[in-house]
Amino acid sequence: MGEVKTIVGAASGESFFTTKFESLLAWARKYSLFQYPFATACCGMEFFSVAGPRYDIARFGAEAPRFSPRQSDVLWVVGTISQRQGPALKRIYEQMAEPKWVVSFGTCASCGGFYDNYTTIPGVDKIVPVDVYIPGCPPRPEAVLDGLMLLMEKIQNGNREPVTVLPKVVPEQAQLRGKRALPVTRGDKEGA
Amino acid sequence: MEPADEILEEEDAALEIPADPMRLNMGPSHPAMHGTIRMVLDLDGETVMNVDVQPGYLHRGFEKSCERGTWSQVFPYVDRLNYVSPMLNNVGFALAVEKLLDVKVPDRGQYYRVILGELARICDHFTCNGASAMELGAFTPFLWLLKVRDWIWDILEKETGARMTHSFGRIGGMAAPPTEGFKDDVRAIMPEVRKVVGEAEALLLKNRIFLDRMEGVGKLSKERALALGVTGPVLRSTGVAYDVRKDHPYLVYDRFDFDVPVGTDGDNWDRFMVRTEEIRQSLRIIEQALEQMPDEGPVSIDDPRIMLPEKREVYSTIEATIAHFKLVMEGLKAPKGAVYSFTEGGNGELGFYIVSDGSGTPYRVRVRPPCWFNLQAAREMIMGDMIADIIPTFGSVNMIGGECDR
Amino acid sequence: MSAKAVKKLQSVLGDAILETTNFRGDEEVRVALKDWVRIAEVLRDDPDLAMDHFTDLTAVDWPEREMEGQPRFDVLFAVRSLSKRHRIRVKVYVKDGEEVPTLCGVWAGANWAEREVFDMFGIRFAGHRDLRRILLYEEFEGYPLRKDYPIDRVQPLVEYRDVDDTLKLPPFGIEEGQPFARVDWEERLAGRDEQVSPSIGLQQGQRRALSDSEIAETQFTKKAEETAAE
Repeated sequence: MGEVKTIVGAASGESFFTTKFESLLAWARKYSLFQYPFATACCGMEFFSVAGPRYDIARFGAEAPRFSPRQSDVLWVVGTISQRQGPALKRIYEQMAEPKWVVSFGTCASCGGFYDNYTTIPGVDKIVPVDVYIPGCPPRPEAVLDGLMLLMEKIQNGNREPVTVLPKVVPEQAQLRGKRALPVTRGDKEGA
Repeated sequence: MEPADEILEEEDAALEIPADPMRLNMGPSHPAMHGTIRMVLDLDGETVMNVDVQPGYLHRGFEKSCERGTWSQVFPYVDRLNYVSPMLNNVGFALAVEKLLDVKVPDRGQYYRVILGELARICDHFTCNGASAMELGAFTPFLWLLKVRDWIWDILEKETGARMTHSFGRIGGMAAPPTEGFKDDVRAIMPEVRKVVGEAEALLLKNRIFLDRMEGVGKLSKERALALGVTGPVLRSTGVAYDVRKDHPYLVYDRFDFDVPVGTDGDNWDRFMVRTEEIRQSLRIIEQALEQMPDEGPVSIDDPRIMLPEKREVYSTIEATIAHFKLVMEGLKAPKGAVYSFTEGGNGELGFYIVSDGSGTPYRVRVRPPCWFNLQAAREMIMGDMIADIIPTFGSVNMIGGECDR
Repeated sequence: MSAKAVKKLQSVLGDAILETTNFRGDEEVRVALKDWVRIAEVLRDDPDLAMDHFTDLTAVDWPEREMEGQPRFDVLFAVRSLSKRHRIRVKVYVKDGEEVPTLCGVWAGANWAEREVFDMFGIRFAGHRDLRRILLYEEFEGYPLRKDYPIDRVQPLVEYRDVDDTLKLPPFGIEEGQPFARVDWEERLAGRDEQVSPSIGLQQGQRRALSDSEIAETQFTKKAEETAAE
């Protein structure tokens, strides 16, 4: 939350805190994001993974997909948007109730990717305003979670400037193909 | 039967209120339409009287884009055709160009391609079955199967460097030889994968809701399936044992002992079970391939006109630098002509009809997408069923937008 | 693919086959346009051929061939036999604007494939019941897989927002990336003949995006026309 001031009552010893109403509202909003996954293409597979057991987007209070734009706060544009799809995307965005945010998931949604041809919209920002860009073809789930954190930060600050998920410093071991141990132990630890 | 229904039947439709057919739009952004597609339905009550299936919402100009790069630059596009099993597309396209060039990859490379391809096929079938179950409300099996997909993706990532869009195939081999612990890694997950297949079956196969919605729904006859050009699990579910790996063996598939599962009715249930059984058969193939695969030897052909030289040599010798420059800038020169090469993709016969005019650029790359023809048959599967039956039927056809619309 | 099938076909329909080729084991026969459906029926019904499994139907564009006075397009279909396990490809030369008889009556699978060829190349199929665009939208002008359609000519359905593109990297921004190994068809066809094909006039000029009010207007007039027709 924004400005928080904790006050301990002198007489009773009970404590309470004060903050601005907007901050409290934003704090509540950012932890209960209802999303509309506008999944069209390859990135949808990674979106599955983010929602899946290993990466588990539910940890951030953003697991509930709502397939009605009227009920959702965040529009995830996941995948390539073709010219033919454009009107549908615009209409869905317009149907969403305020406040609403748009996340552009993957390179195709952000700038058209290597489909710079007659049928692809070079970035959904040509049609709807975008809050967070997540580059990658498709982005790794870690990058998606980074993007979600950025969005939460934006909601808290009330900031509508577009932001982009930036690459992290690559650890040395990740660059060695095949020399790296598999990231997560399997079977015995997760799900079972 | 409820007493009220009996009366209605006896006194015929006199009691029924006549209703105009209703026109309903489904899609292009519909929760159950994984991928993106639009259906215009004519409904009588809840029965589908007519349907116009409209693909094309993910048309990305694949074929046009291929016509302006070199042959090798097609690989990233090919990855994104069937994005659930990119490795199979990689291998399919590499085989097509190799057929045009008339070259053959060394044994080790062939086994490597088989193993990676079969891993991709397992992912493909797991995703399809999991998504079908999820759309019917069974969320647990979906998460269960996604778990396995992440294990397999770990291996593929370790081998290729990318989780799903690998671009790992090369004309004349693979981008790199198998890593050191490759065989052990694959062997380690095999029993686990097999266990999860059993667990998913235990979760679903005795579930009344699941059975009711899969059995006898979305039927397709054998003759219609053949005339419509249906291939893959959808064709096999109708009772036709056509598998490219068996009927026209490519790579080293003739050296393995595996079965082709077939269904009887061509309904959703058969399609689900064919895919489940194919996962087991893929595991069998992988086991045998791991046994037979040599530990030493090249995975790619040794021809500087086709394969890029090693990076170390590019930086140290002038010959390799020139070869590298020529291959990257001009592309390899394929002889003039046209070939059709086909492999078994995740959804059926994945064919590439490629035309070369003798330059370094493909003149035409036509992909025969299995989904395109499978989806064409979806109209006949859906018609006459209830509107709710569209969801499991469409799920088991497994339309992949990238491949279908290209 | 099988050479036996081609021999059999030659014995049945020797007069119709103009040319046979075998490249890398792929059997291909070329026929005249008038024999297109006849050969398909023989392939399907002859017990020795029994090509019951439809595989593919597609086309290839050769604009430079047209300049030499030859027909512009190749249209070809591929079929296989389930029981005999052989395959064959049948090709026909088609002039621009010429209609190809439909194969929907022989193999139902030709339906969408023919629609796609129409959508991408503008080749019409005579007798096809439902020849609409399938991958692209009705408003699209021109046929993208023709070599003279520039790859980057977009025809947006929604008006673009005004966004600053200068920050984007090539090839999405100002400069088109490396030109190596890329075929510039406009340049390749330039100066050889003014009129490449009768339909190119349709493809010239960038179509501007419709604004929202215009879209609403056209929809409104369409509706009014429909009601007037009723």
